[in-house]
Amino acid sequence: MTTTVEGRADTELARSRQPLKHRLADRGIDWSLLLLLPAVLIIGGLFVYPFFYGLSISFEPLKGSNPLSNYTDFLSDPYLRDSIVKTLRLALPVALVSVAFAAPLAFQARRNFRGRQAITLVFMLPLTFGSILIAQGMIRVFSDGGWINLLLQMVGIPKQQLIYNYAGTFIAATMVTIPFMFLLLMGFFGGIDRSLEHAAGTLGASKAARFWRITLPLASPGMVTAFTLALVEAFAVFPSAILVGQPDNATHVLTLPIYAAASQHSDYGSAAAIAMIMTVIELIILVVLVTVRNRIYRGPATGGKG
Amino acid sequence: MISPSLSARRALPRPSLVRRLSRVTVTSVITWFAGGCFGLLAIAVLGSVAITSFATNWRAGWWPAAFTSRWYGQAWNATGISQSLLVTFQVSVAVVLIALAAGVPAGYVLARKKFPGKSAFMLVMLLPIILPTMTYAVQLAAMMYRFGLGGSLPAVILVNLVPALPLVILITVPFVEQISPEVENAAKVFGASSLRLFTRVLLPLLAPGVVAAGILCLMRVLGQFELTFFVSNARTQTLVVTIFGALSDPGGVPEPLVAAMTMFYMIIALIGLVITFRFSNPADALSRRAR
Amino acid sequence: MASRTLAQTGSGFESLQMCGVSRTYGRTRALVDLDLELTRGEFVALLGPSGCGKSTALACLAGLQPLTTGSIWRDEVRIDTVPVEKRGFGMVFQNYALFPHLTVQKNVEFGLSMRHVGRDERRRRAAAALDLVQLTDHAAKIPSQLSGGEQQRVAIARALAIDPEIVLMDEPLSNLDAALRIEMRTEIKRLYQERDLSVLYVTHDQEEALSLATRLVVLRQGALVQSGTPKDVYANPVSAYVASFMGYRNIFAGHVAARAEDGAVHVVADDLELVGRLVTGGGTDNTAQGTAVTIAIRPEDIRVAAPSAPNAIQVMVEVVEFHGRELAVRARTNRGVAIHFKTEESVVAGHPATLCVPRDRVLVFAR
Repeated sequence: MTTTVEGRADTELARSRQPLKHRLADRGIDWSLLLLLPAVLIIGGLFVYPFFYGLSISFEPLKGSNPLSNYTDFLSDPYLRDSIVKTLRLALPVALVSVAFAAPLAFQARRNFRGRQAITLVFMLPLTFGSILIAQGMIRVFSDGGWINLLLQMVGIPKQQLIYNYAGTFIAATMVTIPFMFLLLMGFFGGIDRSLEHAAGTLGASKAARFWRITLPLASPGMVTAFTLALVEAFAVFPSAILVGQPDNATHVLTLPIYAAASQHSDYGSAAAIAMIMTVIELIILVVLVTVRNRIYRGPATGGKG
Repeated sequence: MISPSLSARRALPRPSLVRRLSRVTVTSVITWFAGGCFGLLAIAVLGSVAITSFATNWRAGWWPAAFTSRWYGQAWNATGISQSLLVTFQVSVAVVLIALAAGVPAGYVLARKKFPGKSAFMLVMLLPIILPTMTYAVQLAAMMYRFGLGGSLPAVILVNLVPALPLVILITVPFVEQISPEVENAAKVFGASSLRLFTRVLLPLLAPGVVAAGILCLMRVLGQFELTFFVSNARTQTLVVTIFGALSDPGGVPEPLVAAMTMFYMIIALIGLVITFRFSNPADALSRRAR
Repeated sequence: MASRTLAQTGSGFESLQMCGVSRTYGRTRALVDLDLELTRGEFVALLGPSGCGKSTALACLAGLQPLTTGSIWRDEVRIDTVPVEKRGFGMVFQNYALFPHLTVQKNVEFGLSMRHVGRDERRRRAAAALDLVQLTDHAAKIPSQLSGGEQQRVAIARALAIDPEIVLMDEPLSNLDAALRIEMRTEIKRLYQERDLSVLYVTHDQEEALSLATRLVVLRQGALVQSGTPKDVYANPVSAYVASFMGYRNIFAGHVAARAEDGAVHVVADDLELVGRLVTGGGTDNTAQGTAVTIAIRPEDIRVAAPSAPNAIQVMVEVVEFHGRELAVRARTNRGVAIHFKTEESVVAGHPATLCVPRDRVLVFAR
């Protein structure tokens, strides 16, 4: 915008006559920001500060003077280092299976129908009760003399080792993650405008074509979000790795060395260091997945006006 | 005006059953079957705990040999469950109240206002629920101990606030966005002060969101393990921590006793679930929560 | 059997019939025993207020909703048992329902690719359809980049690209602003004439229905009330309900004062005393003195006249609106009854006037 010399001087003069309050308000700073204060204090004091506190003690090892020794000790010990791989080996399949299992179910359940509340209730049970309760119940159902194996024996299939190993933790994790995915995806599928499917139908698309060409592409950003959240949940597996897994071996996930360092060795510095490593890995995964999601179509799932 | 064929056609019956069956596809049958299996499994896993809690002992087989209810009395008196129940109640109420008091106003500001640093704030605020609690539980506990709060009830309340507050904010924001700013403008034009605007207009409109957030917070605190585990001691444990302790006790707590302990937790969680369903649709709350 | 493929059902038709169709869901009876016919080359407008069942009728026809009773026939083939994707209608939705993740080109090609049309021919036919609606330059855009009117034209192009014989339209213009609506109306009529289509068009706007249709069908609460040419329905509505829909803005409740010769009837409503034409509904001649009736008069039929004219009404002019070529006026009788009329004479608010209306334009309906 071109202004004359006088014009520019006028606006500058006008701007300097505006009180500070108005200038700040234009940029969004006014008294209402005070409403944020309690939240800021809580997050700042109970999350941000401990984060930096943890970071600082991670550089203060119990033994020796090398500030990085907490990290190097962890990364140089193959048993400890492998926990990263083991965590991924558990989390990725759990997330994939949970999304793959829940998606068709959520798709079928996206519209309201008579038993929907009841089904949602049943699916929410594992989610509500949590992994510790699930782990406890799994003992009776999945162990050697448990119901599943009794059932298999009746049908003539040999006994399966479904608990106190990788499978145990896998089952416990999926039992909690699938309902979460079901609820999330049900919301996403339901949010796709019905008239789009109708339009596709009138243009000759069979039910399958409608799903693959219309519903799925429009739901894929939601699916990536769901997968991301599933992965985060699966990464956090802890009690079930101990209770129904093989904490020394197959399910020695990243959370366990943190627990061991803090509870058994009282080495909070080392625990903080491992926690930091875990955080970094998580953030890398999140950044990757969010980038992937942004590449897929991200518009609204409606067909036009109204 | 009515053609002769019309009157004949009007008398035809409807082909009902065949038509309805043709709308069912193979994939939907498989899907529903799989869903049914999952539902059965969930009920089996959770139901087995209930059954175990009433068994004298249950070595093997489909069903326990005999039933008793003595485990419940023992659980109540000897295992510290009653103390944990009280603690859990106190912590939940405190966390929900504080999280709502801090989170709803924050959610309002985030929904309505733009300010420098907003995106950064939102990102930091979301981290506690994106990252696994284990990544910050230990540092938080260490800090609590350093300030002399280790093992105390306030410590348990404070640590549970960390994932609860972002949850409240995340749920409040879409609810606030749903209220058109014009409604607030109208109230102001007609003379409502900020306080009256809040109590007479915003709060009633936000009530379902506040209730949903409160309930979800409650469930979160109930199931929260890692955070509470590292800062609590025997007198300030919540239910899940006590149960975990019994389950991983090398001394071998009898299975039915642990099951009875768990049943206390289960009943409370069930009550919470029923309340959730009475007041809101969790699918909506969750789908609004995830971006 | 009714399960024919798309190609076969596309091979010419003479009439589309809904026979005794009812649609009930929950407690709502959306359609009640509806008989509707669309013969080849017609442009039928389904008219009625919201909730009258017109959109439901269209949805049932397209196969988007199941019928509770009745059947739908295309010539000799029963099609209500055929799934929606095999019925072969072109359909334009009220909110356009354009696929947001596909370009305009791909949107228009969609129906063709469902019919496994080869890539080159698909492109050609889609381009032709876009050309029809003059949107060729926008082919590479996605719907969110288009204005409302452009989106609506894409929706039409998408429906026409498959060369349907029958096109169903569900209030396609209701989301557009006034000027655009009038322009698109003309476009739709042009396409109908150029492409030799048969159209079933749902609307709540009587002006739209009158200007587009070759036949009007008025629905009320799921049932058919009147079917006829626009001229016919406009001039001779069969009930007060239809009249209120056809712009008969002056509706009064009154009673029969006397029966005159040649079918005319004297009616009284408040301080109005008029001679009108009885529109016979039921079989019985129910024009005994005192029968309750509804009187309907179009504003255009009322003229400013001398006090000695027959069927005169004395009024005080209340509100005058300038409508360009004429004035739209609201006046009140002594007892405060509101009369709406149009005139080219200059009348002034606050001044008295005398109005008159020809007796055959005073429609009297038994209640």
